[in-house]
Amino acid sequence: MTTPRIYKTEAIVLRQRKLGEAGKIVTLYTPNYGKLDAVAKGVRRPKSRLGGHLEVLTHTAVMLAQGRNLDVVTQAQAMESFAPLRADLHRLSRALYAAELVDRFSPEGAEGYHVFQLLLATLRRLTTAKNADTVLRHLEMQLLSLAGFQPQLARCVSCQRALAATPNYFSPAAGGVLCPSCGQEAGGARPLSLNALKVMRLLQGGSFAEVSRVRMGPALAQEVEMHLRVYVIHMLERDVRSAAFIDRLRREGFWEPVGVSG
Amino acid sequence: MDVTPSAAGPVVRLIEEFHKLPGVGPKSAQRLTYYLLRAPQEEARALAEAILEVKEKITFCSTCQNVTDRDPCLICANPARDPSLICVVEEPLDILALERTRSYDGLYHVLNGVISPMDGVGPEHLKVEELLARLKGGAVQEVILATNPNLEGEATAMYLSRLLRPLGVRVTRLARGLPSGADLEYADDLTLTRALEGRQEMD
Repeated sequence: MTTPRIYKTEAIVLRQRKLGEAGKIVTLYTPNYGKLDAVAKGVRRPKSRLGGHLEVLTHTAVMLAQGRNLDVVTQAQAMESFAPLRADLHRLSRALYAAELVDRFSPEGAEGYHVFQLLLATLRRLTTAKNADTVLRHLEMQLLSLAGFQPQLARCVSCQRALAATPNYFSPAAGGVLCPSCGQEAGGARPLSLNALKVMRLLQGGSFAEVSRVRMGPALAQEVEMHLRVYVIHMLERDVRSAAFIDRLRREGFWEPVGVSG
Repeated sequence: MDVTPSAAGPVVRLIEEFHKLPGVGPKSAQRLTYYLLRAPQEEARALAEAILEVKEKITFCSTCQNVTDRDPCLICANPARDPSLICVVEEPLDILALERTRSYDGLYHVLNGVISPMDGVGPEHLKVEELLARLKGGAVQEVILATNPNLEGEATAMYLSRLLRPLGVRVTRLARGLPSGADLEYADDLTLTRALEGRQEMD
């Protein structure tokens, strides 16, 4: 895609890293240009006019100038800063997970209108939703579909037969659900309860409004989370680092969790 | 690195060493090297010795985790400083900035980093245990959280606040607002909101 020398776009800031004396490289997710890195000069100085508008997890309007190597942010105006996310460590940890997931699943420069809208909706939901974990499960499943890694949940991936209303197996390596007889033989397949399968189908095909109406007990929520996490890690071929922080907050438990059971 | 292949071995080696330093590009590395080549012998020796001394003599203060050449460090050992007050910062450089103000007379604690979930840095990688140990004696009355006012710094402050408050110590956070000499029109919403919340009576 040819872009003009100076161009404007809205963006969500996924990540930052330090650059030189006072600058940063910001990783932006944009609707038209997908994921891109840009240089933000001087943003680590207190008087920077850009800094506050380019914080991680900010929905911002930016003007970029094409540089030799990376583009340079020339202006930025925050549109939504999702303040409630920043005031609550549980919501924040989940928002960071969302940003990392989008970052990992997105190759640089690939057009990403749907991913952008999904991330924006996710961040908005995380600021208000009673059950932040359901928001993440929906994001994971939708992102997998958009990235071309949609797990097969309709029939057994091995023998192609329709799945019976019994406990089945889920195998990231096989790319979806295995029926009891195929699943027992396959290495790496984990038991999948019928309720978990139903929830995962809804996460895949349903709107968030439908998903959020489902009441999940802690055990079921945990099962779905485990299957999706293993699947995501298998597809990315690497860990999602922010997940460790979510786990730690849960483990330390000195914080009111954001509606584990919805 | 691609340096002039015709340069002598030791010269190339020094250029490469300089190039490893943060903020030093290939051209700067060459310029520094050729400057030292022409500089007097003593100047080069002084630089080499200063580098070695820093690595050999400087350690971390066992109390506040700041870099120091003696343990406890000068700040921790200073009887004029208020031991009931601990200011928690991310890096040793932040202490330099706070000391420049000459308006703080308490002690410090350096975390040596900041919680950054996306980079895999959690509380277990920071000097949090050491901070908790310092609060055990009961002499500390207030902990000032002076991590940077960005996402990671806020996350760290929130985490520490929840960890410390049950211990009965007063936990405060550096105020956030407009820097002196700034323009309102360029301020972001979060900063302006905080500045409004933290407004003060004129006297």
